[in-house]
Amino acid sequence: MEKIVRMQRLNKYFGDHHVLKDIDLEVQSGEVVVIIGASGSGKSTLIRCVNGLEEYESGELVVDQQPLEPKGGNQKSLAAIRKEVGMVFQQFNLFPHLTVKENIMLAPMKVKSTDKSAAADIAMKLLDRVGIANQAEKYPTQLSGGQQQRVAIARALAMEPRLMLFDEPTSALDPEMIGEVLDVMRELAKEGMTMMVVTHEMGFAREVADRVIYIHGGQIVEEGKPEAVFDNPQNERTQSFLSRVLKH
Amino acid sequence: MASGFEFDWSAAFGSVPYLLKGIPYTLLISFGGLLIGFLIGIFMGLASLSRNRLLRWPATAYIEIFRGTPILVQVLFIFYGLPDIVGGPINALTAGIAAIALNSGAYISEVVRGGVQSIDKGQTEAGVSLGLSRSQTFWSVVWPQALRRMIPPLGNQAIVSIKDTSLFSVIGVGELVRQGQIYIATTFTAFEVYFMVALLYLAITLTLSFLLRFAERRGLASS
Repeated sequence: MEKIVRMQRLNKYFGDHHVLKDIDLEVQSGEVVVIIGASGSGKSTLIRCVNGLEEYESGELVVDQQPLEPKGGNQKSLAAIRKEVGMVFQQFNLFPHLTVKENIMLAPMKVKSTDKSAAADIAMKLLDRVGIANQAEKYPTQLSGGQQQRVAIARALAMEPRLMLFDEPTSALDPEMIGEVLDVMRELAKEGMTMMVVTHEMGFAREVADRVIYIHGGQIVEEGKPEAVFDNPQNERTQSFLSRVLKH
Repeated sequence: MASGFEFDWSAAFGSVPYLLKGIPYTLLISFGGLLIGFLIGIFMGLASLSRNRLLRWPATAYIEIFRGTPILVQVLFIFYGLPDIVGGPINALTAGIAAIALNSGAYISEVVRGGVQSIDKGQTEAGVSLGLSRSQTFWSVVWPQALRRMIPPLGNQAIVSIKDTSLFSVIGVGELVRQGQIYIATTFTAFEVYFMVALLYLAITLTLSFLLRFAERRGLASS
């Protein structure tokens, strides 16, 4: 199987703070990797390194066959990597000055020079897929949080990415809207999308993940199939984390 | 006699046709200067945000100098001082437009900087994550949003600059105040004429305020 992401001994600092410590991680094509851990553990930083939103200090990172060098190194591959890697953010980050449809059309038109009517077709198809084609002409702020996040997913998909990064996609949502976003993500996984998901939704992780990674203090302390990690965690840190988050 | 003042309506109204001749100059200097000032402001405002010191430092110096000195001194310097260097007289109208451009440009630079900085970092992250280049992200994502937030402070600056043109009577541009002064010199009706001058400024600035409020509402409706 083809490797989409390969990290080796990756280290990342924020000033003196050592955020990621010797991370070794591989993601295969078609795999859904869910990263769990307490806030501040470095899980968001980890996936933000994959598309270069965070620079790292040392180690090796290859995304879709293209090496992305550490801080100060050659960043030429960054543009190519970002075309292949979609990202969904906790705060949606939709463009408020554009309609829902225009949000989705922007990148294909600017980056791939897709013409306007073709981009509009892509947008409508994707909106249909995430179940909100009827909201196409509205502005993002006129939509509910769950709808906005579904637009954000559609926007990322418009670039036909080979890998999707999800950075706590449901953490800013009201509880009743979490389901609709997870449903879209579940569909995406079923269709074979390669995904790296940072989330606190343990039910989703258990059901959808091919592999769960528990990260603590910037290190991967446990990794395996969801049943193994959730039902029979080996590391005591994982045990205590899970006992805290699964209790309620 | 001291308390026997009576508002001379015929003098007030009589001055109007004369004052109106000054309005094209007032508007030309204001809006010509503001237009150039806006371009300067975009350039210098963005330069002041640049990571490159060779852009940032000169921009910061420009902003500090033109915000930190009176516009009256600036226009006197341009009109009376610069000819010594350029070796020929500078047209009063040109000097006035230049002074408004350079002065408003400094304030608008700060408006631009503040507008751009007020846009959430997540917007840029979303843009570059989609594969847009830094400059594509800036011009199609950040700038349109920043521009919308800049409308109220830009309007404020426009009003300030319109009023600043009144100072240019000192270099003899035939703008509103200058026209008033000339009229008063023959009629000695200062109260009436300056009252009308003030009303005409108010008419210009109120019209602008109204248009800006309209633009702002339209801008907000789509965001």
